Amino acid sequence: MGQALAFYTLAAFILGFGVLVITARNTVHSIMFLVADFLFIAALYAFQGAPFVAVIQVVVYAGGIVVLYLFVVMLVDLKRPPEAHQDRRRRGRLGMVVSLVVLAELVAIAAYKYVSPGAGLPAARPLEPDNVAQVGMLLYTDYLVPFELASMLLLVAMVGAIVLARREL
Amino acid sequence: MIDLLVIPLIKIVIVLTGVLITVMYLVLLERKVQAWVQTRLGPMRVGPHGVLQPVADVLKLFVKEDITPVRADKSVFMLAPIIVLVPALVALAVIPFGDTVSIFGKPVPLYIADLNIGLLYVVAVASIGVYGIILAGWSSNSKYPLLGGLRSSAQLISYELAVTLTFVSVVLASGSLSMVDIITAQKTNGVWFAFVQPVALFIYTVAALAETNRAPFDLPEAEQELVAGFHTEYSGMRFALFFLAEYANMIVVSAIATTLFFGGWLRPFPNVTMLWFLDYVPSWMWFVVKTFLVLYLFLWIRATLPRYRYDQLMRIGWKLLIPLAIANIIVTAAVKVALSY
Amino acid sequence: MIPITPVHYMVLSAALFITGVIGVMVRRNIIVILMSIELMLNAVNINLVAFSNLWQNAIGQVFVIFVVCVAAAEAAVGLGIILAFYRNKETVNIDEMTLMRW
Repeated sequence: MGQALAFYTLAAFILGFGVLVITARNTVHSIMFLVADFLFIAALYAFQGAPFVAVIQVVVYAGGIVVLYLFVVMLVDLKRPPEAHQDRRRRGRLGMVVSLVVLAELVAIAAYKYVSPGAGLPAARPLEPDNVAQVGMLLYTDYLVPFELASMLLLVAMVGAIVLARREL
Repeated sequence: MIDLLVIPLIKIVIVLTGVLITVMYLVLLERKVQAWVQTRLGPMRVGPHGVLQPVADVLKLFVKEDITPVRADKSVFMLAPIIVLVPALVALAVIPFGDTVSIFGKPVPLYIADLNIGLLYVVAVASIGVYGIILAGWSSNSKYPLLGGLRSSAQLISYELAVTLTFVSVVLASGSLSMVDIITAQKTNGVWFAFVQPVALFIYTVAALAETNRAPFDLPEAEQELVAGFHTEYSGMRFALFFLAEYANMIVVSAIATTLFFGGWLRPFPNVTMLWFLDYVPSWMWFVVKTFLVLYLFLWIRATLPRYRYDQLMRIGWKLLIPLAIANIIVTAAVKVALSY
Repeated sequence: MIPITPVHYMVLSAALFITGVIGVMVRRNIIVILMSIELMLNAVNINLVAFSNLWQNAIGQVFVIFVVCVAAAEAAVGLGIILAFYRNKETVNIDEMTLMRW
């Protein structure tokens, strides 16, 4: 009961802030809603018994990536809002319809696969409490090569970002 | 019920009140220390030797007019001081203030929560405070706050890396992310991590000064260049919130330094039985004393060193502290592996 | 009250993902579009953590860490491109980003 209440509250906040992110007129407001959204998603992870992922979510997403967005918004000081003058060519409505169709499809697949009789799923239960050590163990043994590749990816991205942000391009 | 709800609530209330009162008197202590260093007397008028000065300051801030700039983004402008203050207070939740004490025969641990990932929690919470500063600068819709906010957030992000890297080397030495376990590890090893990790301590001290925007790294509020930085347009209680956040942050970083490097609530020489009489001092008292010594270091440095230039600040952060911290981690790990054979 | 099953998480994740898709389709401000992409990545992460719980092993969480890495790389390079573009064309409207079209 308490679990269901917590889930629905978190889900409502996550979706609500998600919608606010894409509807806010002001980009800075949009970014603030994004941060709030990420914090609630982190809470959802913690609620699911994944504390390490929750902290990574806050440190990397809320504390790192979104600050980067905020910086760029401050640097590209917008004299005219990019969406002030709309041209008729934008296919916003079509996009909305297509997206909703895809959503219906995804939900239908999930429902068909798992709610159909005989496929009763166990209630979501968290992993054993000390899964931080487990994650670390997996990361540095079975997934060592992907881990090194990820570090390489970050290095390349860093060099790329520095080159792109240089004054004379 | 009592264990789950009442005791934590009481602890939270005590910690918050304690921190707020400490902040009030920290401000007075800072003015006094500055004055003594410059052979002045400092505040002397309100109460004997100025001990009521903080009360007068708070009263003044309460009755001041609260001004919002006309072109400001009102909602963000009101939200920003809160975003700065809350992380500073929330970070206190995982700091162990003392050994387990028994009250009416009931063992009560002197921390609000002992998280398995306590140190990561501190990092995560600290990374949220940046938003308050940058949003305060932006929402004021004025050029000095914007510049101050951008500077400040760039500084915080840069030095956060150095702080986190020193945490990694301490975690390597202790083998745990939990604050309580880190203190226990210092007890079983019989040595403060300040002596095991002197490089980490040095980096942490410098980076903590920068993280809390203290002199010599108080670039965001460099008066000569930026008036007052990101909080130029704030007044009254909202300004007081920024002020409170700055000092609360100082207390948090000092408390973390105490926990990680100076044995937290352990008495000096915890394994020397000859000094048994030191056990009569309650453990939280040791914690408070150590934290205040670290805080005093902050005030002392402010009175001693001139401000760095912005490019110097960035150079120290990226080209000195971070490589040094990484080298420290590698050396620590190598030594640890070598010792385990 | 039915217990919370992984299906609940999947539906939540699908809804968040679609929110991101709508953002990409409808908005023309490229910064908002990048943020919508972050929303989509997060929707995937919710799924991964839910499945990690379903199968009772931590591999899902390991994957989340890789996704976050990729998201960080994407944000850094993407924002670098936006900055470079803004410097040349003074706009962040994606409809005006037609330099590569001929």
